[in-house]
Amino acid sequence: MADTPVEYIKHHLQNLTYGKLDAGYERFDGSVMSESGWTFARTAQEASDMGFMAIHVDTLGWSIAMGVLFLGLFRFVATRVTTGVPGALQNLVEVTVEFIENLVKDGFHARNPLIAPLALTIFVWILLMNVLKLIPVDYIPSIAHAMGLEYFKIVPTTDPNATFGMSIGVFLLIIFYSLKVKGVTGFAKELGMQPFNHWALIPVNLVLEILVLIVKPISLALRLFGNMYAGEVVFILIALLPLWAQWTLNVPWAIFHILVIPLQAFIFTMLTIVYLASAHEEH
Amino acid sequence: MNINLTLIGQSIAFAIFVWFCVKYVWPPITAAMEARQKKIAEGLSAADRASLDLELAQEKAAQQLHQAKEESASLIDQANKRAAQIVEASKDDARKEGEKLIEQARAEIQQERIQARDALRTEVALLAIAGAEKILETSVDAKAHSEMLDKLAAEL
Repeated sequence: MADTPVEYIKHHLQNLTYGKLDAGYERFDGSVMSESGWTFARTAQEASDMGFMAIHVDTLGWSIAMGVLFLGLFRFVATRVTTGVPGALQNLVEVTVEFIENLVKDGFHARNPLIAPLALTIFVWILLMNVLKLIPVDYIPSIAHAMGLEYFKIVPTTDPNATFGMSIGVFLLIIFYSLKVKGVTGFAKELGMQPFNHWALIPVNLVLEILVLIVKPISLALRLFGNMYAGEVVFILIALLPLWAQWTLNVPWAIFHILVIPLQAFIFTMLTIVYLASAHEEH
Repeated sequence: MNINLTLIGQSIAFAIFVWFCVKYVWPPITAAMEARQKKIAEGLSAADRASLDLELAQEKAAQQLHQAKEESASLIDQANKRAAQIVEASKDDARKEGEKLIEQARAEIQQERIQARDALRTEVALLAIAGAEKILETSVDAKAHSEMLDKLAAEL
């Protein structure tokens, strides 16, 4: 663990990274890698030196765990679903499903059976991942530390890899449905002939429209990441206060996050629906 | 905050979760919700229909009651009229019968009077003849004098 506040903060913001170090790399303890191989990074420097060939085990593990929890719960209800009087769990699931169904009905007018379940997955998954943030910042890392893991960050949405991973998925769907609905020429026309409908301005249009397109996944990912990361940093800063004073800030901030957590999940879902709706519509 | 393979891993997980949700989670839940919605809608419309039916039935019952009352009133009316008629007719009959009886009695009395007079007359004629025989001391030839006797009898 860390000693100074700066180290403490840096430590809490570092993911548990499992990646490839090249032969000849000098480890944190002065030893040198005899041959290239996969290992856990013991320092932030090592983690960043691993480059692209690395995995954030904590991010991936917790996000998959939350996804499995979501699907397990919903599948459990789906197999036992009754058209009569629903139980508490089925009620909860149905309320969520109906909420998403209404969102999609309001925002998405084309016919596509993928959109509503996609939105449901995004909403509940992100909500569950964000909720992990309400677990006090030291609990799980301490347990992980006791098990010999140097770093452990449990909130996947504070890792840009996770948020970009999802927004790239959405981006690919936007491209796919744009091509499917409008055809290659229709999509090309939309990129080239808008907003200025003149052949001489096609390059300008292309730059503008492609920018608009690219900004969609970036704004999705960065909004979620930024909110969650900033909130996490504040939680870590509060954790640096003396024990008797922590609750004065921790409690209001956590209560505030009861609002922020579903709000961010909702915004990601809503924007996904809106983006995919515009991919289905001719402009 | 390094961008690395986690990005791709997350995208793959995302794709798998969405696929699973599309295939195994969404359809059964929405199907059940739709089925329940339909059931409730049917129940509501059945209730509406039932209350409408009830209203109609009540209206019909009231109508029938009204009709029955009217019918019974007219029946009573008719019966009264008929009874009056019967009484009237029987009165008439009785009067006629009485008159007839009186008439008969009168006729009988008349007849009896005539018979008695006739008998008396014959008797008187016989008596007259007998008296005349006594007076004349001879018998009267009834044949010879029958014309005269009849005339006498008729005069009596």
